[in-house]
Amino acid sequence: MQTSPAATVQGEAHENPALLHHFATAQQQKDAASLGMWLFLVTEVMFFGGMFCAYLVYRYWYFGDFAAASSSIDLTLGTVNTAVLICSSLTVAMAIRCAQVGKQKAIVVYLVLTIILGLAFLGIKGIEYKQKFDENHVPGWANFHLEGHIPRHADIPVNQQHAQIYFSLYFAMTGMHALHMIIGVGLFSYLTYKAWKGRYAPEYYTPLENGGLYWHFVDIVWIYLFPLLYLIDRHP
Amino acid sequence: MSEHISSVKLYIGIWLALLVGTGLTVAAALVDMGPFNPIVALAIATTKAILVVLFFMHVKYAHEKLTKLVIIAGIFFFLILLALSMADYSTRLWT
Repeated sequence: MQTSPAATVQGEAHENPALLHHFATAQQQKDAASLGMWLFLVTEVMFFGGMFCAYLVYRYWYFGDFAAASSSIDLTLGTVNTAVLICSSLTVAMAIRCAQVGKQKAIVVYLVLTIILGLAFLGIKGIEYKQKFDENHVPGWANFHLEGHIPRHADIPVNQQHAQIYFSLYFAMTGMHALHMIIGVGLFSYLTYKAWKGRYAPEYYTPLENGGLYWHFVDIVWIYLFPLLYLIDRHP
Repeated sequence: MSEHISSVKLYIGIWLALLVGTGLTVAAALVDMGPFNPIVALAIATTKAILVVLFFMHVKYAHEKLTKLVIIAGIFFFLILLALSMADYSTRLWT
C-alpha cells in the first residue's frame, strides 16, 4: 500500500497528541509558539522601557538626590534577593531540561523549588517595603522625610521633592516587577499541576519552555533594576 | 524533533557566573571610579542579561532566525527610546 504525504502528516499527528491539525510538524508548532512568546516579551520590554526611560531622565537631572535616596535602601536585602532570583532561574532551566530528557518527577521538584524561591523573593521584597514605610520614605505622604545630605556635599541637604521622585520610581518599578513575579508564581503553579499530571515529555513541553522564557525575562528586568535602584553612588 | 539539550554542567556554570556577577557589581559600586561607576554597573548587568538570554532562554540554539530578529529589533527600538529622549532632556539647558 502506498502512503501519500498527507497520510504521513496525519500519522505524525497521531503519534503526538499535542500537535494541532493546522501545523504541519511539531517543530513548526513549537517555533510558532516560541515566536509568539518572544513578541509578547518585546511588548514587555517596551512596558518596562517607559519606566526605565523616566528613571534615566530624572536620575540625570537630580543625580545627588537620587544617590542619597538610593543609599537609604537596605543593600543586603537587595543583594540576597538578586541571588534568590538567579537561583530560581537555574531551577527553571533545570525543570525544562528534565522535560527534555523525560524525567517527569524531577520537573515537578524543580518547579516547586522555583515557586518557593519566587515566594522568598516576594517575602524579602515585603520586608524591604515595610522598612520604607516605617521610615516614612513613601512618596506623596505628608510626613515624607529623607534625612541627610547629598553624598560628598555635606552642605547640601536632600531636596525632599526630588527624593520623592526617586521613591515614586522605586515603588513603581519594583512594584511592577513584583506584580510580574506574582503572575509568574501563579503561572508556575499551573505548570506544576500539569507536570504532576505527566503532561510534559520530550515530545511536548512548549508551555514549560514559554513559561520559562517569561520567568527569565522577569529575572533580566531585576538584573537591571538592582544596580540602577540600589547602587547609585554608594561609594564613600 | 531534535532540540538542543544543554548539560547540567553548563547550567551550573552560568548560574555561578551570574552569582559572581552580582557580587562584582556590589563590590564595584563601593569603589569610587568617578564617571565609570554606572558604566561598569551596566556592563556587568548586560553581561548577565546576555548569559541568561543565550543559555537559559536557549536563544543560542534557536531554530528560527526570526526569533533572533525579533529580539534584536526589540532592543533596538528600546535604545531609540532612550537615546532620543536623552537627546532632548540632556540638552534643554543649552543656550
